[in-house]
Amino acid sequence: MMNANITNIRPDFALITNWIGNKAKVLDLGCGDGTLLTHLHETLEITGYGIEKDDSNWLAALKNGVDVIQMNLEEGLSGFEDQSFDTVILSQTLQAMHNTESIVHEMLRVGREVIVTFPNFGYWRNRIQITFGTMPVSKSLPYQWYDTPNVHLCTINDFDKFCAQHQVEVIERKVITDGQDVHVLPNLMGNLAMYRLRKQPT
Amino acid sequence: MSESNSVGIVKAQVAHFTQPLTLKSGAVLPQYHLTYETYGELNAAKTNAVLICHALSGNHHVAGRYTPEDKYPGWWDNLIGPGKPLDTNKFFVIGLNNLGGCHGSSGPSSVNPLTDRPYSATFPVVTVEDWVESQARLLDYLGIEQLAAVIGGSLGGMQALQWNIAYPERVRHAFVIASAPNLTAQNMAFNEVARQAIITDPEFFEGDYYNHGTVPRRGLRIARMLGHITYLSDDVMGEKFGRKLRHGDVKYSFDVEFEMESYLRYQGDKFAGEFDANTYLRMTRALDYFDPALEYEGDLSMALSRAKAKFVVISFTTDWRFSPARSREIVKALLDNALPVKYAEVTSAHGHDAFLMPDPYYHDIMRAYLEQIKV
Repeated sequence: MMNANITNIRPDFALITNWIGNKAKVLDLGCGDGTLLTHLHETLEITGYGIEKDDSNWLAALKNGVDVIQMNLEEGLSGFEDQSFDTVILSQTLQAMHNTESIVHEMLRVGREVIVTFPNFGYWRNRIQITFGTMPVSKSLPYQWYDTPNVHLCTINDFDKFCAQHQVEVIERKVITDGQDVHVLPNLMGNLAMYRLRKQPT
Repeated sequence: MSESNSVGIVKAQVAHFTQPLTLKSGAVLPQYHLTYETYGELNAAKTNAVLICHALSGNHHVAGRYTPEDKYPGWWDNLIGPGKPLDTNKFFVIGLNNLGGCHGSSGPSSVNPLTDRPYSATFPVVTVEDWVESQARLLDYLGIEQLAAVIGGSLGGMQALQWNIAYPERVRHAFVIASAPNLTAQNMAFNEVARQAIITDPEFFEGDYYNHGTVPRRGLRIARMLGHITYLSDDVMGEKFGRKLRHGDVKYSFDVEFEMESYLRYQGDKFAGEFDANTYLRMTRALDYFDPALEYEGDLSMALSRAKAKFVVISFTTDWRFSPARSREIVKALLDNALPVKYAEVTSAHGHDAFLMPDPYYHDIMRAYLEQIKV
């Protein structure tokens, strides 16, 4: 269900909305000020919780009326029961995680479905900067090499391989650049990768 | 000192109850009284009441002063007042002294109307459940059907939790701060040492010291000194006292040599002069006994399955007596019941005591949430 008021929100948030059912139970990891959860609540009447480590983000989320849990994702999701959420979201945070493998496993344990989005390091603009001998700095990767929180950047091909190797089923994948769908050469032409995942049936 | 956002001069009140109260232990209090204070105005719809539940050594004097000359205001004055995080322009705040206390409510040191002598050791052991029951009766007495919020830290947080088990329909919001769903063995061990210090004091007379004209001051003092160690963090003790010497150099004696000793003795003496030993025994026992999950085979989620309120759970990073991990157990049980909950882990150096301090982030949380409550 697309809604008229999505024009002002991040394009990946609008797309995430399409992957979530009405009245779903949603867990947003690294929820920031809670914009996504608030949007999902308004459009889909979801019930949701956010997880946020940073004090000022946490407080902003509280002020937005979000049920927000202050904890460090690196420590896993031990306070959450198996399959207790319809969807667990990790939007543009994967690349900054240290325990990347474990958080993906934890998300698949807690959520029936998982949505992961990340900046595609294989995007042609990044490749050009590398070709000219510097680390990429752009709108989606706005940091210098020495101050970046991003420790696990990957390309779409890398993540596809990761899913195949870790028994993760890709239900749907979307690649976008400046809010537009990318269908041709996504690993080269896509700026942002979005995955809808679930545990491969055993 | 600016008092512009103080509740000002306050006065304690007493409510008498003649309907017998059957306690969890099976003992019956045929009659009792509760001393309480209120701040702010109860609105016409009676929807703005907030109950403050006190911790081990707290009481009904939560905010304001009795006289302008009072050296200290109520124990949570930094939180409560006009324009403060718990704004008395909006809320009607109630603080009470729990049953078994020593600041005006029925307790071991108060006079038993049936004998005209202090209850002394005959005052029964009271539990968190009993307190919530008596608090509910105080609300009935004040004509308040439902609380906008119940707020408590430490042992007070246990009461806030218990409200949602005993009277879920009477609570809209619950603040469980620096608390735990039960005490660990280590935590109970501290209580046992504290009690042993009191009970083995030769002036204790099995709790009947009122009739012997004595006070088990030494025991109470040691109990409090021990408590204080556990309420502070190693870091904050290091920062406050370190290995600083009281007199510049060591005297090779057992008098006060280090600043830390001076602090502990001061705190112990002060407390022993104003608190009742029998009350201390009962407060620590209430802490020990609280374990709402017990009758659900340890399943706290089941224990909270009837809860209806929206919760705020707050812990402090260096609190090792009521550690963040214990608060997360409460959060998990609330999540299991799909209840609305906000959980903050406040970075503070002050250990368990942090919940009484005006940390900016902590108070921002309280303010922001309380502002959202509709009354």
